[in-house]
Amino acid sequence: MMPTLLLTDALIWLLVFGLLAYARSVIKNPLSRASWGLVFQSKIASASLVVLLLAVVITLLDSVHLRLNSEQQSRYASPIISVLDVALGPLAYEREKSYSAPLATRALSKESMEVDGKPVRDYPRLKFGGVHLSDESNKAQDLLLRAYQGTLGGAVLWAFFLAALWVIRRAMAPAVAQNSIGVFTGSGAYQAVVWTLFVLCILGGVVSKWAEAYHVLGTDKVGVDVFYIALKGLRTAMLIGLLTTLLTLPVGIAMGLAAGYFRGWVDDVIQYIYTTLNSIPSVLLIAATVLMLQVALDANPDAFASSVEKADLRLFFLCAILGLTSWTGLARLIRGEVLKMREQDYILAARASGVSSVKILFSHLLPNLMHLILIAMVMDFSGLVLAEAVLSYVGVGVDPSTFSYGTMINAARLELSRDPVVWWSLVAAFVFMLLLVLSANLFADAVRDAFDPRARQLKQSLVRV
Amino acid sequence: MSSYLVRRVLYGLLVLLGVNLITFVLFFQVNSPDDMARMALGGKRVAQESVDQWKRERGYDLPLLYNSQAEGVGKLGETIFFQKSVPMFVGEFGSSDDGRNIAGEIAKRAGPSLALAVPVFILGLFLNIVLSLLLTFFRGTYLDLTGVVLCVLAMSISGLFYIIGGQYLFSKTLALVPISGYDASVEAWRFLILPVIIGVVSGLGGGTRWYRTIFLEEINKDYVRTARAKGLSEVQVLGRHVLRNGLIPILTGSVTVIPLLFMGSLISESFFGIPGLGSYTIEAIQSQDFGVVRAMVFIGSALYLVGLILTDIAYTIADPRVRLA
Repeated sequence: MMPTLLLTDALIWLLVFGLLAYARSVIKNPLSRASWGLVFQSKIASASLVVLLLAVVITLLDSVHLRLNSEQQSRYASPIISVLDVALGPLAYEREKSYSAPLATRALSKESMEVDGKPVRDYPRLKFGGVHLSDESNKAQDLLLRAYQGTLGGAVLWAFFLAALWVIRRAMAPAVAQNSIGVFTGSGAYQAVVWTLFVLCILGGVVSKWAEAYHVLGTDKVGVDVFYIALKGLRTAMLIGLLTTLLTLPVGIAMGLAAGYFRGWVDDVIQYIYTTLNSIPSVLLIAATVLMLQVALDANPDAFASSVEKADLRLFFLCAILGLTSWTGLARLIRGEVLKMREQDYILAARASGVSSVKILFSHLLPNLMHLILIAMVMDFSGLVLAEAVLSYVGVGVDPSTFSYGTMINAARLELSRDPVVWWSLVAAFVFMLLLVLSANLFADAVRDAFDPRARQLKQSLVRV
Repeated sequence: MSSYLVRRVLYGLLVLLGVNLITFVLFFQVNSPDDMARMALGGKRVAQESVDQWKRERGYDLPLLYNSQAEGVGKLGETIFFQKSVPMFVGEFGSSDDGRNIAGEIAKRAGPSLALAVPVFILGLFLNIVLSLLLTFFRGTYLDLTGVVLCVLAMSISGLFYIIGGQYLFSKTLALVPISGYDASVEAWRFLILPVIIGVVSGLGGGTRWYRTIFLEEINKDYVRTARAKGLSEVQVLGRHVLRNGLIPILTGSVTVIPLLFMGSLISESFFGIPGLGSYTIEAIQSQDFGVVRAMVFIGSALYLVGLILTDIAYTIADPRVRLA
């Protein structure tokens, strides 16, 4: 196995390092530390952050890719696998024939078989789901036993996290003593984190124990484990949400700053560009661009070493296109704010003392806009995750071979009209998406409340009325 | 005001030209007229003569953006861009890949689309305002808190799930309404009722929460305190004063909803088999029919620009302080 770097892998890791650098600057700066402290005082935000961090960890595990050599390839469907695939073990390559219900031991549809020399038509046993059971009536008992073992394992893991949290809290103690706002102080946020971790650990323990021997969420049409698909879909969703914002930021910031600061014809041109882009219904612009991209990809089939790289490039372009259509909002926001700020005394003073425009823009205006940018970033994330599902459903989203919630939902259309109904893929996509988007929304709310002075005011006045 | 409107319309036309240029450049970035001809005639082994003939018949034998051989205005006029884009402004969209007239198709499909989008828009606006006023009335109580939590939950669910869930529950399990289809007569309501309800419900979470924030912001202003001091009841304050002033940001927001409405219909039309513009677009996207996609982009942006101008007019009606100049 050789480590290999896909385009999106490189970008996502770049983003992680960027975030770490940002975290460092937050810790150094008392003002932003105080604002983030407010975020971490919120119970809901802290709990959501735990869920989001779990998603990030899974995404990062899935963003380290390995290229298999030819003799290792037999198990896996593609020549490039991720560390997550390795960690999940058999889940990644075990394939049933077709649909099977969650935790089932037999397939969903009947098949002709030979039992004791006589042809019988019955539901065949699965190749992997519950094969270790010699007597299927023991399934309930086996599940209970595994759940028990999983709970114990989860509890051990939880204890480990508790110890880690305790150490962090001890390290934070001096900050609290100095009366600056530390993380996890007061208002029950610490408890919220502890209990979220508890639920996740126990649930994770039970599910992983079950997943060793069963298909926890059933299998899809070609027999791939749905739980595995849902985990892989997480990377696509996170990538769309994160990378798109990353690609949007520089354009949106530069355009907004220039339009607001220079005014005149620069403003006119930039306003014209974003009105034009805005006036195209985004789904159509995206569809048209992806369509064109598809033509280009089909015209150059030799440019890619494998289908994985091709799918990856398509994912990257989808992020870029989504970014192209969504920088307008940020630019407009920044333009409005800069128009207000450029008349303020400190900017006038800087200009009077001969500071260059570039310096004013980047060291005086930009730092004062950071909260707006941050709010816009976290608020956009969940919208992008939802947009990906819709686009993939329409057929202009990710490559059909990429695991994503959109493609899962798309498949569900036919599955729901089957008899018996195949509901588990849809439910899995629903639950995973809901958890991700909900926690992103809740976290974004807390960030906005903490960084937007107006929202804070609103909250205080609410208490008063 | 009329001179303002004229200016806005002219600016809108300029924007539409830009939209056209973007889609045009995007397309010809990856496609040449030769490619188009080969694709239409089928296969790579088509003689150059027939390719040339196809191009001549459809006017693709001209240069793309700038014709250096032509004289005067012809330098810009005798190009594919000019010949294919300018007719769009007078409603001539050419024909789709399967040879049908796009303008005729659009005229035929606009009816069903509007029958779905307009009720969704109006009902949605009404329900959002009523619900958010209720939450504002009970602000700070557990009812308000529960409402907000439900809103966040509702807006975290992808619109696709509302459609799939609603269709499964009401059409398949309860068999109250047909799953999909359309009827050109008044009977169409049976097919429209479920998509309309789903369209309204899926927008409820985000809308209500947003309107609530707007109303809460209004409620702290001085004029509201004055109104209360006069002895008006809370219902009167909310219903008459706060609502009227909150309407302005709501109107602005509604414009951004118009293209979204288009997108919402895009999905639900194809799900419910309503022969509107949305399903037409989806089909065109899936069959890679560029002519149709381009026409729909044009119409979508035109709608958006009309919406922008309408908002300005609505502004003056809702708030007499606003003067357009």
